[in-house]
Amino acid sequence: MFGTTLMLAFREIRRHLMRSFLTTLGIIIGVSAVITMVTLGRGVTADIEEQISSLGSNVFFVFPIQGERGQFRPFDEDDVTAVREQIAGVKSAAGQVDSNVVAIYNGQDWETTVEGVSGEFMDARGIEMDVGRRFTEAEETSGANVCIIGPTVQEELFLTGESPIGERMRLNNVSCQVIGVFASRGSVGGGGDEDNSVFMPLTNVQRRFTGNDNIGYMAVSYDSAYDSATMTNALVDLMRERRVLLEGQANDFDIVDTAQINETVQSTVGTMTIMVAAIAAISLVVGGVGIMNIMLVSVTERTREIGIRLAIGALAKEVRLQFLTEAVVLCCFGGLVGMILGFVFSYSLAGALGFPFIFDPFINILSFVISALIGILFGYFPARRASQLDPIEALRHE
Amino acid sequence: MSEQPIIELKGITKTFGEGAAAFQALKGVDLSIKRGDFVAVMGPSGSGKSTTMNILGCLDVPTSGVFKFLGTEVQSLNKDQRSLLRRRYLGFVFQGFNLLARTTAVENVELPLLYRGEHKAERREAALRALDRVGLRPWADHTPAELSGGQQQRVAIARALVTDPEVLLADEPTGNLDSERSIEIMEFLSELNGQGITILMVTHEPEMAEFAKTIVHFKDGLVERIENGARNHAHAGSGVNG
Ligand SMILES: Nc1ncnc2c1ncn2[C@@H]1O[C@H](COP(=O)(O)OP(=O)(O)OP(=O)(O)O)[C@@H](O)[C@H]1O
Ligand SMILES: [Mg+2]
Repeated sequence: MFGTTLMLAFREIRRHLMRSFLTTLGIIIGVSAVITMVTLGRGVTADIEEQISSLGSNVFFVFPIQGERGQFRPFDEDDVTAVREQIAGVKSAAGQVDSNVVAIYNGQDWETTVEGVSGEFMDARGIEMDVGRRFTEAEETSGANVCIIGPTVQEELFLTGESPIGERMRLNNVSCQVIGVFASRGSVGGGGDEDNSVFMPLTNVQRRFTGNDNIGYMAVSYDSAYDSATMTNALVDLMRERRVLLEGQANDFDIVDTAQINETVQSTVGTMTIMVAAIAAISLVVGGVGIMNIMLVSVTERTREIGIRLAIGALAKEVRLQFLTEAVVLCCFGGLVGMILGFVFSYSLAGALGFPFIFDPFINILSFVISALIGILFGYFPARRASQLDPIEALRHE
Repeated sequence: MSEQPIIELKGITKTFGEGAAAFQALKGVDLSIKRGDFVAVMGPSGSGKSTTMNILGCLDVPTSGVFKFLGTEVQSLNKDQRSLLRRRYLGFVFQGFNLLARTTAVENVELPLLYRGEHKAERREAALRALDRVGLRPWADHTPAELSGGQQQRVAIARALVTDPEVLLADEPTGNLDSERSIEIMEFLSELNGQGITILMVTHEPEMAEFAKTIVHFKDGLVERIENGARNHAHAGSGVNG
């Protein structure tokens, strides 16, 4: 019986192909919108996750900020040493300072940033070498005129195929010898180009570019066996003590935790995805109302047919099942087309916006099931009306 | 066959509407019909013929009275139980043919079997056999719009026959046909009656009533008189075997 009902439903839909398509448009739009939104949301999340992981994992960034009384007190190397030596669980702690410079090589200028760093800093941030080598300990201590350039700088100042290793370039009027190129660390949050940078030993940058012993921020990496909250507390306590902050005074430094950024961003994107998907889902409901409307029209149009069916012995529930099946088949058809369109939209949008495309089977199955449920929900009332017709009246219709 | 009538109506009344608008269409109809009979129901317009047919067809229930069909008291059955009776024992032919539009003849004929849950192949075979009986086998794949009125009515008869019903009910089956087609249909109905099907038919035309064995005259919601049809004599005694 059910196979027959299904066949009848297909036949009826085929008979009004255009109308059936227009009827299901609401469902198609709803399903494709929900799928597109959720799939894009997942792509964005994955993209951000990757960017954040490029900052290194289990890393804190500690910045000096303006204090309560307007004071701004930078860190110095002693602070870094204290963190490294006095807090349990710290694997490495390193300071960084930077300055905008013009790099000159072979008669060409390029605006870039010089960063005073150390091997330990590169460890903490998880920066790998592309070619060449890192600074030696001796170079770091003495502040030798050696530099490691970023991929962007290499691209801008050196010819393709030309090895920059051993070449001398100038940063403003400081000459240095290129000893390596660091591997791309990507761009964070679409902001500045992290690869447009030249590393020099920290002491060298302090002496020749910034002219003081200050450091801009500390990168502190910790053992993953320790949790982020414990480490944060230890860091805050130590820094407050070192900066002699009284109880009740606000911190004049800030600690940013990559795990925490990750969490915040993810939950923000998650919330936005849910909101947009919910708005898209409203069109699913509107689509359901469309289905109900057309099914009611169909019941009126086919009153005589219903009368014939009842007269030759169809049970009320059989007539109801027939109309319900029609509504559900329509909705499932809409769901299917919506899924395909959702795939096409999210795939091409992800490509156009530069996000990874991550197929989410759950949302696809869910959307399909929901469209079938909408068919049942909004098809039930018209189907019930059909089944409750009086055969004599129905036969006399028109 | 026993003398037990296949259909028995006792004191059937039917009132439409309520209160001041109430109208009593049937005022106490008594009628019993033997198995194998061919009954023509006649009477002026509004005398309650269709109302009676609807009750006999288990499409409607009387306001009061007893309607026994094959020994079952139909007036106390619910909607679905009456549907099951219809699908099992009754065939309908309507004045307006009432075929499903845009549906081929053979699919129209298959319809009652669908609700009996028969398989596709058996359905198709039985439907084609029924179409063969009404001489429309070659038209099996035509839709009603492509058939003449007489052909459409024969498809409707095939649909009524396909389930091998005990009783065939026809409310003015020739009402929409010219006299030549009408005679064809009537000849076909008497042939079916000869094969053992009990037939009840409403008609306004005396020529058509000629084909019946029994003629029941209605007037003002009551059976006025019952007479033997012209053919009754010829068919008398031939009974079920025709
Ligand atoms: N559903 C209904 N509601 C109200 N009155 C009805 C209804 N059906 C029939 N009637 C009335 O009952 C009376 C009998 O109707 P019925 O259809 O049985 O007549 P009929 O003998 O078949 O007439 P005709 O020869 O015109 O078909 C008529 O007066 C009609 O108006
Ligand atoms: Mg009538």
